[in-house]
Amino acid sequence: MSESSLRLVWVYPDLLSTYGDQGNALVVERRAQQRRVPVTRVDVRSDQPVPTSGDIYLIGGGEDRPQRLAAERLRRDGGLNRAVANGAIVFSVCAGYQILGHEFVNDLGRPEPGLGLLDVVSVRGEGERCVGDVLADIDPHLNLPPLTGFENHQGVTHVGPQARPLARLRMGKGNGTGDGTEGAFNDTVFGTYMHGPVMARNPQIADLLIKLALDVNALPPVDDQWFEALRAERIAAAVQPA
Amino acid sequence: MAGNSEPLSPRAKLAVTAGKVAAGVSRAAGRGSGSVIGGKVALRFDPDLLARLARHLDVILVSATNGKTTTTRLLAEALRAGGPVVSNALGANMPAGITSALAGGSEARFGVIEVDEKYLAGVARDVAPKAIALLNLSRDQLDRAAETRMLAEKWREGLAGVEAIIIANADDPLITWAASSSPTVVWVAAGQEWKDDAWSCPSCGGVLQRPSEDWFCAECGFRRPTPTWALSGDHVIDPHGSAWPIHLQLPGRANKSNAAVSAAAAAAFGIDPKVALERMYAVQAVAGRYDVVSFQQRELRLLLAKNPAGWLETFSLIDGPPTPVILSVNARGADGTDTSWLWDVDYTRLAGHPIMVIGDRKLDLAVRLEVAGLQFRVCASLDEAVRSAPPGRIEAIANYTAFQDLRRRVGN
Ligand SMILES: [Zn+2]
Repeated sequence: MSESSLRLVWVYPDLLSTYGDQGNALVVERRAQQRRVPVTRVDVRSDQPVPTSGDIYLIGGGEDRPQRLAAERLRRDGGLNRAVANGAIVFSVCAGYQILGHEFVNDLGRPEPGLGLLDVVSVRGEGERCVGDVLADIDPHLNLPPLTGFENHQGVTHVGPQARPLARLRMGKGNGTGDGTEGAFNDTVFGTYMHGPVMARNPQIADLLIKLALDVNALPPVDDQWFEALRAERIAAAVQPA
Repeated sequence: MAGNSEPLSPRAKLAVTAGKVAAGVSRAAGRGSGSVIGGKVALRFDPDLLARLARHLDVILVSATNGKTTTTRLLAEALRAGGPVVSNALGANMPAGITSALAGGSEARFGVIEVDEKYLAGVARDVAPKAIALLNLSRDQLDRAAETRMLAEKWREGLAGVEAIIIANADDPLITWAASSSPTVVWVAAGQEWKDDAWSCPSCGGVLQRPSEDWFCAECGFRRPTPTWALSGDHVIDPHGSAWPIHLQLPGRANKSNAAVSAAAAAAFGIDPKVALERMYAVQAVAGRYDVVSFQQRELRLLLAKNPAGWLETFSLIDGPPTPVILSVNARGADGTDTSWLWDVDYTRLAGHPIMVIGDRKLDLAVRLEVAGLQFRVCASLDEAVRSAPPGRIEAIANYTAFQDLRRRVGN
C-alpha cells in the first residue's frame, strides 16, 4: 500500500460500466472512508494509460463489442499486467472477468486473447442466457459469508489449476460449466459473474480487498444494517424464486 | 397523401370490427382499456391491417428510450392545427396497440404514433410514414434489452431504405448513427444530459471526444452533424434563426427537448413553429406522469423515471430542498428484474431533501443511498412515507410498475 492513501483504479468506465458495476467502486470507496482510510479514486478511460501504482483495480461488465475493444486496449497498454506484477489487487466482473483470463470468445465469434492474469478460459455458452439471482458458498480459505448476486451472461468459464473457483453454487449458473462453480481467484486477482452490483450484495468482499491492499487482518466494524437486510432478502429470493 | 380517399376493404372492415368487439369484451372483463387485445384480434383477421389503416393517413412515428409518450402527445396537439389526428396516446406502442389506435380514427388526417424501440424498423416498413422522430437511446432494462448500440445499428439498417423524413437529435451520438444512413434528415440540437452510453464511437469503437456541446470521433471522423433546429434555453431556434418561446405545463429540460423535436417535426407537416409550440401548452399530464394529486393533506407530484437517463432528467426538475422526495422501485417483469442500474443513478443530487423509500426493492435503494452518504427513511407503504412528511408538496419518483402502484393508491 502507498504511504498516504488507498489508490483505487476503476478501469475503462467508458467501455465496461453497463451493468451498474461502478457500484463496486462506490462501495469500496465508502467502506474505506468509514474506516478513516483516505481513498484516491482514479477512473481511467480507454484512451488513457492504466496507472501501475494503484492498490486496488476494479473492472466491470459490458457488452460484447466494448469487451473486445477493452481487451485490445488493455493488452496494448500493459499497465494492468505491470500493476499485478507489482502486487496490486484486481477484482473483475463478467466481461471484465473473461478479459483477465487467457482467452474468451469475442463479438465476432472468434477467440480473443485476454491478459492471462487469472488461469481461466471462457467460451460462449450454447443454451439460454443465465439471468437471475444466485446464491453460493465462497471458498472457505477466504472466510466470507455466502455470496449473493445477480447474473446475466452467456459465458462459460473453465477454471484452470493455477486458480480456484471463488464459490460453490447453491442456486444459479455461475461459471456455466455445470460443475457447480462460480468465479475464480488466485492470491491477488478475483473474477465473478455476479452483478447486483456484487459489493452491494456482499460488502465483506469489499472489506477483503481493502484488507489485502492494506495488509491487515481486520478492519473496525461499520453499521451494516441495510446491507444485511438486503442480503437476507436476496438470499431468500434466490432459494425461493418468485 | 391525406384524407380517406381509399376506402377500407371488406376484410379490413371485418378485422376492425372484430378488434372492437374483442376490446369491448376485454374492457367489460376489467382488463384495462382493451386496446392491445383488440389490436391482436384485428391483426389475426388481417395481418396487413396496420399498413392498410395507415395508407389513409400522413403518419409520423416517434421512438426513443425516454420521452416518446410525451412527445407523441405534444406532436399530436401541434398537428391538430392542420386537421384531425389519430394517436396511440396511452402508450400502447407495439404493433397490436398501434393497429387498435389507428382503427379508432377513420376521420383522421394525421397519425402520430409512438413505437417501441424494438419494433421501429418493422413498423416503419409497414406504414410508410411521412416522418420519423428519434429522440434518444440509452440503457434500459438490463436483464433483457438488446445492447443499446445494437439497437442503434438495427435502426440504421431498417431506416436506410425508408423514404420518410427523419427528425433526429444531433446531440445523441447513437441517434445520429441510427439516422445518418437515411436520405433526408432534419437535425435538431435537442440536448442530452445522460452521456454514459455514448463514450465510444458507434461507427468504429474509438473514444468519442466531447468538448462542451460538440462531439466527434478522432479515429474515423464520425461527428455531430450541423443542426438546423435547436433548443436554446426556453426557446426553439428554427432554420431561419428565429427564436420561438416554449410554454409548457410539463416541467423540466427533457420536455423542452421533446417540444423542440416536436416543433421541427410539425414543420415537416407544414405547421408553423409558433402555432405548434402554442398548442403544446394544452398538454397537462401524460398517462398520470407529472400529475399533482391531493393525498392525505399533501400535494403529491407523480414522476415516472425508468432508467438512469430518466432519473437524471427527473432530478433536474424537482423542487429544491427541503421538499420531501419519495422514491419507489420495483423489479417486476415490466421493470426488468435486475436492479443494478440504481448504481448508475447519481443519488447525491438528492442531498438536503428528506428522502423516503418504498417499493418492492426498497432495500436495494436503502443500500444505494447509504453508500451515497444520504439520510433516508425506509417505509412499509406509500401511506407511511406520506405521513412522515410535513403537509405541502412531495415529489414522488417511481419506476414503471412502482408508478402504477402509486397511481392506484392515490386513485389517479
Ligand atoms: Zn469512430
